Amino acid sequence: MRTLEEINAKIKAGKVVVATAEEVVDLVKERGVKQAARMVDVVTTGTFGPMCSSGIYFNIKQATPKIKCGGGRVSVDGVPAYAGWAAADILLGCSALPEDGPRNAVYPGLFKFGGAHIIEKLVRGEKVRLEVKTYGTDCYPRKEYVAELGLAELNDAVMFNPRNGYQLYNVAVNLSRRTIYTYMGVLKGRLGNANYSTAGALSPLLNDPELRTVGIGTRVFFAGAHGYVAWPGTQHVGDPVRLAGGLPENPSANLALIGNLKEMDPAYLRAASIVGYGASLALAFGLPIPVVDEQVMAQCAVSDEDITYPIVDYSENYPLGRAGNLGRVSMSQLMSGQIEINGKTVSTGGMTSRARARQVALELKSRIEQGVFLLTRPVSPLPGATLAEGL
Amino acid sequence: MAKKKLVFSFPPRLIREPVTSNLIRRFDLEVNLLRARIQPREQGRIVAELSGTPESLEAGLAYMEDQGVQVDPLIQEMRYYEDRCVHCTACTAVCPTDALTVHPETRELVFDPSHCIMCESCLAACPYGAMDSQF
Repeated sequence: MRTLEEINAKIKAGKVVVATAEEVVDLVKERGVKQAARMVDVVTTGTFGPMCSSGIYFNIKQATPKIKCGGGRVSVDGVPAYAGWAAADILLGCSALPEDGPRNAVYPGLFKFGGAHIIEKLVRGEKVRLEVKTYGTDCYPRKEYVAELGLAELNDAVMFNPRNGYQLYNVAVNLSRRTIYTYMGVLKGRLGNANYSTAGALSPLLNDPELRTVGIGTRVFFAGAHGYVAWPGTQHVGDPVRLAGGLPENPSANLALIGNLKEMDPAYLRAASIVGYGASLALAFGLPIPVVDEQVMAQCAVSDEDITYPIVDYSENYPLGRAGNLGRVSMSQLMSGQIEINGKTVSTGGMTSRARARQVALELKSRIEQGVFLLTRPVSPLPGATLAEGL
Repeated sequence: MAKKKLVFSFPPRLIREPVTSNLIRRFDLEVNLLRARIQPREQGRIVAELSGTPESLEAGLAYMEDQGVQVDPLIQEMRYYEDRCVHCTACTAVCPTDALTVHPETRELVFDPSHCIMCESCLAACPYGAMDSQF
C-alpha cells in the first residue's frame, strides 16, 4: 500500500495525511477500511497515566578533587538513589522514597515525596540536592560531596523506563468489606467502585495489537520529547490469547522506553502520590502508526465499544495471584460512568486521563504534519511479533 | 422554603451545649448533619444543611452567632485546583454525589461545589493534589 520511506518523504514535503486513532474510528465507519487506508498515511495514538516502572539515570559533572559515586551511598533530596555504576552515573527510580518518611509509616500513607517528585522538579527547571558519601580511592580521593544540581548541571539525564504502555489493563474492584488502597487507586469495599487504567480507542498498543509496526527503535512521543522503544518491557507477553481483531484478552505487551530528560515537558510528566500505594510518575506516551497496509487501518479503527477488559478483585485475588475475573466490560461502558457487576451498579473512574491522551495524539499529529517528527523503521520486532511487509 | 449549606465552627466551651438541637426545637429548622468533627478541648466543626422559612433561618443563624458559633457558607470548603488536575477522573469513582463528574465530550473533570457534602473521599483518590479541604 505505502512504505515507510514514502510516508517520511510526504512528511518532509509537508503533504502527509495524519489522523488520530479516535478520528479513524468514524472515518472507517463512514468510508470503510479500504478507502480510509488510502486516505490516511499515519495514525497517532496517545496515553497519559501513572507508569510506576519509570526512572532516570544521570551523570554529574565531577567535583574537585574527583569523587567515585559507584559503590558509595547517594541520595537526592533525601531519597536514596542507586550508585552501583561508575564514578559519576546515578540512577533514581520514580517509586524511591525517603528513608524513615514519617508520612508513610502511618497507614495508608500519603507518599507526598519520592523519586517521581524529584524527576518532576528537574523537568520544571528546579535544582535538587545531591549528597554522596563514599570510600575514596587514589584516583578518586574525595569521600563526601554535596551539590545543588539542575538539568543544566548534569552532563546527561536520561529517562529509561523498563515497563511502559501496557497493552490492556485490568479493571479493579474490591470485594472485601473495607476500603483498600492500590495502584489502581482507592477501591471502596463491596464493589463500591471500579477503576480502569487505559486510553481505550487511543491506546497505543491496542491500535497495533499484534505489534506489526512497532518494534525496537520505533521513535515515539515521550513526555514531550522524541524517545524510542528500547526493548520489550518487563513481563512483556508476545503471544497472548487473542479476541476478535487481535485484541489481547489480558494485560500482555509492553515497552521499555528511553528518552532525553532534558527535552521533556512538565505538561506531559507529573509526579503522582498514590495514597496507600506509593509515589509514581504519570507520563505521556504517543505512538505513531504508519498505515502500510489495510490491516493496519482496520486495527487502528478499533473503537471504545470493541475493547473489553477483565474485571479483577484487588482485595484477595490480585494479591494472592489467583486467576479468574468477574466478567468483562467495554471501554464505552467504563466511560459511561457506571457498569453492572453481579447485578450491582458500580461507579467507574480512571487512573489514565483520556483528555490528556487526546492531547498527546493531537500533539504528535501536529508534529508529524509540521515535519518535525519522522517515523522510524524498527530494527527488530518485539518478541512474538512479525513486522508488516513494506514497513 | 429556604435551604443553606453551612459550616459551624464551635469554640471548645460550647461543645457541651446542645446548640444544634436548639436550632431544631426553638427555630423549627430541618437540620441535616453532613459532617461533624467534635473533639474535646479542640474547636468543633459541623457541616449541615439547614431548611426552613427564611425568617426561621435568619433567627436560627442569629442565635448560633450569639452563642459564639462561627457560621460560614460551605461553598469555600473544598477547593479544586484545575491547574494541578490531569483529568484522570479517579475522584469521580468515589464521589457519592454528583459533585465530581466527567464531561461526556471533553472527558475533563467537572466540579460542582453545590453538590459537595465534604466527605473528602476525593482527597485520597487524587494523586496530583488537585483537591484540597479547608475543613
